[in-house]
Amino acid sequence: MEKTWNNKAWFLVLPVLVLVAFSAVIPLMTVVNYSVQDTFGNNEFFWAGTDWFTQTLTSPRFWDALWRNLVFSAVILAIEVPLGILIALNMPKHGIGVPLCLVLMALPLLIPWNVVGTIWQVFGRVDIGLLGYVLNSLGVHYNYTQDPTAAWATVIVMDVWHWTSLVVLLCYAGLVSIPDAYYQAARIDGASRFSVFRYIQLPKMKRVLLIAVLLRFMDSFMIYTEPFVVTGGGPGSSTTFLSIDLVKMAVGQFDLGPAAAMSIIYFLIILLLSWVFYTVMTQSDAEQG
Amino acid sequence: MARISLEHIRHAYSDKAKAAGDYALKEVHHEWEDGGAYALLGPSGCGKTTLLNIISGLLQPSDGRILFDGKDVTQLSTEERNIAQVFQFPVVYDTMTVFDNLAFPLRNRKVPEAEVEKRVNEILEMTDLAGMAKRRAQRLTADQKQKISLGRGLVRANVNAILFDEPLTVIDPHMKWVLRSQLKRLHRQSRFTMVYVTHDQTEALTFADKVVVMHDGQIVQIGTPAELFERPSHTFVGYFIGSPGMNLMPASIDGASARVGDQTISLSGAPAVKAGGRIELGIRPEFVRLGREGMPVTITKVEDIGRQKIVRATFCGQPLAIVLAEDDEIPTDAKVSFEKSAIGIFVDSWRAKTETARQEG
Repeated sequence: MEKTWNNKAWFLVLPVLVLVAFSAVIPLMTVVNYSVQDTFGNNEFFWAGTDWFTQTLTSPRFWDALWRNLVFSAVILAIEVPLGILIALNMPKHGIGVPLCLVLMALPLLIPWNVVGTIWQVFGRVDIGLLGYVLNSLGVHYNYTQDPTAAWATVIVMDVWHWTSLVVLLCYAGLVSIPDAYYQAARIDGASRFSVFRYIQLPKMKRVLLIAVLLRFMDSFMIYTEPFVVTGGGPGSSTTFLSIDLVKMAVGQFDLGPAAAMSIIYFLIILLLSWVFYTVMTQSDAEQG
Repeated sequence: MARISLEHIRHAYSDKAKAAGDYALKEVHHEWEDGGAYALLGPSGCGKTTLLNIISGLLQPSDGRILFDGKDVTQLSTEERNIAQVFQFPVVYDTMTVFDNLAFPLRNRKVPEAEVEKRVNEILEMTDLAGMAKRRAQRLTADQKQKISLGRGLVRANVNAILFDEPLTVIDPHMKWVLRSQLKRLHRQSRFTMVYVTHDQTEALTFADKVVVMHDGQIVQIGTPAELFERPSHTFVGYFIGSPGMNLMPASIDGASARVGDQTISLSGAPAVKAGGRIELGIRPEFVRLGREGMPVTITKVEDIGRQKIVRATFCGQPLAIVLAEDDEIPTDAKVSFEKSAIGIFVDSWRAKTETARQEG
């Protein structure tokens, strides 16, 4: 088809461009600005070139935080996606159970991040927390303020508790969109329960699963509030993820240059990994035809 | 292949059905002969699909029993009943190839791979899909997908019956004709018991040996296409089969003659009419004669539909349709007469029996 060129059409996208410029592009550019300059206060800036980038990329502190964050994202994806699918498959499709389950599932999603953090911070405390107290009474040594393993377990269980619902709801939406005729046909064809999942439910859930994985990956890779409230990045730096590290650097130490350089690297990593996820998961769609 | 008997089957979708009106399927008591080709014909919502799903076991009837060759299968699952069913809208397994789709019902039943290959290739040939056996099913067009669904229904060699639930809805008219003839041929070769649900009378009449007409949750008539046309046993059959449908007009009976308005029409025999019933006289438009002799009629419209002309007229205040051949003349000051043997008398919508002489069938 012939494209019609009409330069006036640019005016139609202008409002959006201006909005995006103010909300995203300009703040991003100030970060770029900081990342290549140094300051000793007094609003005086000196050109620093790529120094901050080199410093960040060679600092073990950055690589440790990145590695911890990658492990964290991998672990919560490995738990939340299968668990979410399993719960969605077992949710009722008709009757009074449907709204009940949906509301129950949506509840954790409605709680603000810092409140979730506070809930688990109290819940896990050894002296007054239900979880911490009971576990220790049962002889399990559990103290998230001292033991890195306990801290990791707490942060992961908290994230699973908070976000599995999102995967469940997305998968459930995919599942209910499958017409009954598919299940009936599968019964006629003598398909086993596993075949129904493998050949009907999974293919139909694929698109929503892609969105779920992307959202969960991006969110978990940027996680800040909950671990910050519960562990504050500790004990030591065992739960210091990228964003916590970044805030420590930018706000705690007021190292604007290195923090800006780190933000940009951080942003590029998220962009790259999201692209990889998307490409891999849509690959099989493109192959056929 | 089996003889399927339905014994006093009723079905309601709610648990608390009491009145007859609560039942989607009112009492059905019928035997489907082994190897028969049946069409279930009726408008949307008349219970056709419900009846079909009860036969296949996707639904448990609220009351009654289902027997296959005399064996009670009411409690058996679809798989145990060994039935194939094709649905209205295409169901394909997106991630599989066309070949694997067709092989799926066989592989699930552990049929040896050599046999699978043979059966699937036959079906591919029959449905004209041989060229795309290795393609993924997802990107195919709707009618190709439906052909796969159809193929999956036909691929198993030893089913008790094959049920079709309006399978050709999404297929384009030319292909419809081809597939229907192939089904018909397949039926003649294999002698599977086939039940074909449709709301399209042409489809029903061309496919089936016996047509089962359903209306409002019950079977109103079972017969050959000719029987349905010539001797409808219910006004619904008269109205639903034929285009345009049967002319029906309120009448009163006096021995072997009927009165419509101020006209007296003589019948071939005296119908058995119970007192107080609502009496209607029915005559197909094909058996109304237009000429210079007979009863007065007012012609309001003539529709030329190609090989026939449909004359719309008013007779004793009632609308009357008349079918004429393409080059029949319409006389000025036309009069109508009814072919005596083709007149049916209906009491409360059901055909009244004639006592003295049997009408021609």
